[in-house]
Amino acid sequence: MSLKLGVPSKGRLMEKTFDWFGEQGITLGRAGSDREYAGFVQGIDNVELILLSAGEVPRDLAAGRIHLGVTGTDLVREKLGGWENRVKELAELGFGHADLVLAVPTCWVDVNTLDDLDAAAAAFRLKHGFRLRIATKYHRLVRDFLRDNGVADYQLADSQGATEGTVKNETAEAIADITSTGDTLRANHLKILDDGLILKSQATLFKSRMAEMSDADRATLVALKEKLRID
Amino acid sequence: MPERAAIRAEATRLRTMFEAAGAQPVETSVLQPAEVLLDLYGEDIRARAYVTSDALRGEQMLRPDFTVPVVQMHMEHGAEPARYTYSGEVFRRQEDDADRANEYTQVGFELFDREQPQAADAEVFFMIYSMLSSFELRASTGDIGILMAAVEGLQTTERRKRALMRHIWRPRRFRALIERFSGRAVVPESRMALLAARDPLAAAGPVIGLRGLDEISSRINALREDAAADPISEQDVLLIDAILAVRETSDNALERLRDIAVDMPAITTAVDRLAARLDALDKRGVDVTKLDFEASYGRTQMEYYDGFVFGFYAENRPDLPPVATGGRYDALTRQLGQGREIPAVGGVIRPGLLLELGGVG
Repeated sequence: MSLKLGVPSKGRLMEKTFDWFGEQGITLGRAGSDREYAGFVQGIDNVELILLSAGEVPRDLAAGRIHLGVTGTDLVREKLGGWENRVKELAELGFGHADLVLAVPTCWVDVNTLDDLDAAAAAFRLKHGFRLRIATKYHRLVRDFLRDNGVADYQLADSQGATEGTVKNETAEAIADITSTGDTLRANHLKILDDGLILKSQATLFKSRMAEMSDADRATLVALKEKLRID
Repeated sequence: MPERAAIRAEATRLRTMFEAAGAQPVETSVLQPAEVLLDLYGEDIRARAYVTSDALRGEQMLRPDFTVPVVQMHMEHGAEPARYTYSGEVFRRQEDDADRANEYTQVGFELFDREQPQAADAEVFFMIYSMLSSFELRASTGDIGILMAAVEGLQTTERRKRALMRHIWRPRRFRALIERFSGRAVVPESRMALLAARDPLAAAGPVIGLRGLDEISSRINALREDAAADPISEQDVLLIDAILAVRETSDNALERLRDIAVDMPAITTAVDRLAARLDALDKRGVDVTKLDFEASYGRTQMEYYDGFVFGFYAENRPDLPPVATGGRYDALTRQLGQGREIPAVGGVIRPGLLLELGGVG
């Protein structure tokens, strides 16, 4: 048995993760060609690198198929109910920063806070006969946030991509999406509500609370944490 | 966990008791059109009910309770007055607490009666109270109608009253609105700037989306009117707080609310209803000097109840949800009745929990 470490299989998130481990003296890399999803680990024994899509890391952690995994806080909280009981945050990796925010058209000069959004939603429903639509792919996070803040008379419209365009296309009135600089929002004539920050996310190393571990795995984890300087 | 067969037997026993009291047994579909439930509860229902769909009927939900379909059935072809009973499984999505059941059996009793609502409240409560008498349970009661009457009676604009009524079931937002309307909350900078601007729409830029400039302008006007309106008085805020703080045995709560009604006559009718209900309960032999009453009870859990509310709790098992709950839901029948309405009150018992508490009553 070995300790299984799940890492995003492509893009900047993978490169930055490799860099982060590299700085701690652990080399991660892809084996063979770019198309092959096998990896290697140098600098520590008995750790196996599993390359997979960032979106699958939360699920595999929760199912105990991997012991450790790197993914965004946003994905863990969106996909795992009761996430604190299923995974543990070991270290924030300092990259992949993204905020999940609630944004409305800039032309809504009367809407700057959640309180405004709630009032506008009530009026919108009366006038249009349906509830104000918020486009997002983060259904749980957005719903929990709006419930905690007492916003009613809205509905979530599923949007898996190009979410910023939904308002102009009139398939939604507002959006909740990940942004790092806000440039895309501005370009689409959208503004973030003053109190519309739902979650600050960054790439994080998680440990599964569900994965079975042998004594040898536990020893490997201790050695790994020591190398990574995690308490 | 008790076995399914045992739960079913217990459910049958309870339902037979409701039938003996004159209730007609009814059945409802497990799959309910999602639209009706979404209209009633909003997006939050998706966090609590399982949603499924097909290409023909669109979105449907596994029934999260029986009340809505039973009301619909009654509104279509029910005689008055009517008593119904049912038993079956309901489904509740659980995303945060794996220990909570996502599927369990309910046995219910619903009473539609136009003539004597307080007697009907007492009948439903007493029915369940006596069926559960051999268990050691604590009954909690409340009456959301009193808070609603207090909001209606506030010396303030109609718009503010509507906003507060809309959030009766969301205590945090309700509190925030009270703070704002009474001038206690700090006005956000963005709001100040908007109200101060001579032509606020000048900064709008390109207009995108379905919500048009007319809607934006009309809300700005509403905000201006609101800023010009007098704040809700300190006195009214204190009275609302006093109502929300009432938490005593029913006889003392009634006295307390009578005192408050002296300064807030708008709640008098609602308090009279409480008095009539307590009389009716007393006549049936419920000791109201031992019955807890809490004015804010049921505000977070039971959003379609708009009058009398109750729940039965196992005090030595705080880990368990209430064994039985119920209340009055006149407004729900209005919403589902498309212009018609009928005063209605009902309650449900969870036979699975009764078995868990140690067997048959």
